[in-house]
Amino acid sequence: MRRRPVFLITVMCFGFAFFYIPILSMMVYSFNGSRLATVWGGFSTKWYVSLLSNKQVGAALLLSLKIAVTSATAATILGTMAGITLARFRRFKGRTLFSGLVTAPLIMPEVITGISSLMLFILMAKFLGWPSSRGFATVTLAHITFSMVFVTTIIQSRMLQADRAIEEAAMDLGSKPWAVLFDVTLPVIFPAILSGWLLAFTISLDDVVITSFTTGPGNTTLPLLIWSKVKLGVTPDINALATLTVLVVGVGVALAGYLLNRSEKRRDADARLAYRDND
Amino acid sequence: MRNRIAHWLQGRGYRGVIIGLPYLWLLLFFFIPFCLVLAISFGSRTPTAPPFGYGGEHPWISFVGYARLFQDDLYLRAFLVSLSNAATATVLCLLLGYPMSLALTRVSASWRNILLMLVILPFWTSFLLRVYAWMGLMGKNSWFNGLLTDAYNLLTPASWAITSVPMMHSNFAVVLVMVYTYLPFMILPLYANLERLDPVLDEAAMDLGSRPFRVFLDVTLPQSIPGIIAGAMLVFIPAAGELVIPTLVGDASSPMIGRVIADEFSSASDWPMAASVAIVLLLLMVGPMMLYTHYQGRAEAGEEP
Repeated sequence: MRRRPVFLITVMCFGFAFFYIPILSMMVYSFNGSRLATVWGGFSTKWYVSLLSNKQVGAALLLSLKIAVTSATAATILGTMAGITLARFRRFKGRTLFSGLVTAPLIMPEVITGISSLMLFILMAKFLGWPSSRGFATVTLAHITFSMVFVTTIIQSRMLQADRAIEEAAMDLGSKPWAVLFDVTLPVIFPAILSGWLLAFTISLDDVVITSFTTGPGNTTLPLLIWSKVKLGVTPDINALATLTVLVVGVGVALAGYLLNRSEKRRDADARLAYRDND
Repeated sequence: MRNRIAHWLQGRGYRGVIIGLPYLWLLLFFFIPFCLVLAISFGSRTPTAPPFGYGGEHPWISFVGYARLFQDDLYLRAFLVSLSNAATATVLCLLLGYPMSLALTRVSASWRNILLMLVILPFWTSFLLRVYAWMGLMGKNSWFNGLLTDAYNLLTPASWAITSVPMMHSNFAVVLVMVYTYLPFMILPLYANLERLDPVLDEAAMDLGSRPFRVFLDVTLPQSIPGIIAGAMLVFIPAAGELVIPTLVGDASSPMIGRVIADEFSSASDWPMAASVAIVLLLLMVGPMMLYTHYQGRAEAGEEP
């Protein structure tokens, strides 16, 4: 029997306290009655009331969600194609450049991605006449570009684990490539596609830097609204907003984990049944 | 005509579409913008819109942006501050993240799933709000600052007494928040690496009489070097170019390089200067990026370096 690793467990407890104390503190202070955000002044829910009655917040959230859903969907389609490309097409012209293009946005500093996208949009506006103003379209284009590569890494590693024999069997039985893709490949990697979409969605919903460069006046997303407020200092209604975010995300992640787990279990059970019937 | 397109799509077109669409997209919206930055970095500033141009005389291009990098010590200082803050944050993440990852491999499977969830959960909440959480804790009147102030006053002579710890708007604050927000990037690749190590080697070393700490130094640590490097680069690269954290909690009088790029671009509207700084930052990151791509695969496979 091994010794209990006391030191490791102690550090781990410290680490988790470090992770969660700031978040818990923020949640507690969202119920603070005082206007001074860091001094306790009795229990109150007035910051939630002021937050929920703020029309700006609602409009910003709506714009953020629209951008996130659109860009995550497009990023998932493009990212899945790129992932399949890297996992299945070993040799084609320009593969080295392609894999470089897929890795580079992952590690490119966000400021540079943001500025270079903005430079592109400004030059396009000057020489092509589009986009005449920046907002939903430009932010969505930029978000698709830098979130699709995250989808690609997920899909690529899933495709490398997947059994190629099923695809080859379908091909041998006379299926056309597109039929194999839609009937075999995509259903097999569906959980990976789903987690790719979720990742792209949260990346888009969370982004400040790239959005701040690619948006124009009047098109404020929720992170940009928070950013402009937080730059001026700590305000109590942001505490309330943060608490709601943590709750929504916590419930969402728990639910997604539960559903993924259940569908995996069901698939395993189905697979076992299928094997038994064949015996 | 229509038939021929359908025929092409069913045959060679399949590959063409699957490879071509994402390729075209990345070329258009990532590669071309990058080339623009590179081209603009050799331009010179003009009062036109967009604010850059190329001189009329030979050799058309200008190196003014790059030359100013070495003349004005604002830029060199910003690079130094960025690299030292990022390096400090990386080392601290490693010191905290390594024992945590190792502990995760030692707890029971059911605990491990919950704890891994707890490591990943902050990822899904807003980055901005996690930075903001520390603004609340570090502020002058917060309970956390009060606690630190009391502890300091208790341990030092009365003549050194302070009313609050000046944490906000310093490099200390930047490093602290970087460690906070980037720690999961260190833990996840390290854990993936450590989890794949064969415990039999540890046990063999123990049976041969090594003490636990020696086993760690001689057996575990050397095998986890790919994980350490992958995690360290995953923290160091984004930390060096960070914009949000230094803007919110950093010292405005010694800005980090991300802030300098954004300011040159937006406030000064000096595109060639912003582009030159960006290109130099990218050049500095090429080494760490190559290290990362080299070791990342090995960390996941649990191979030896």
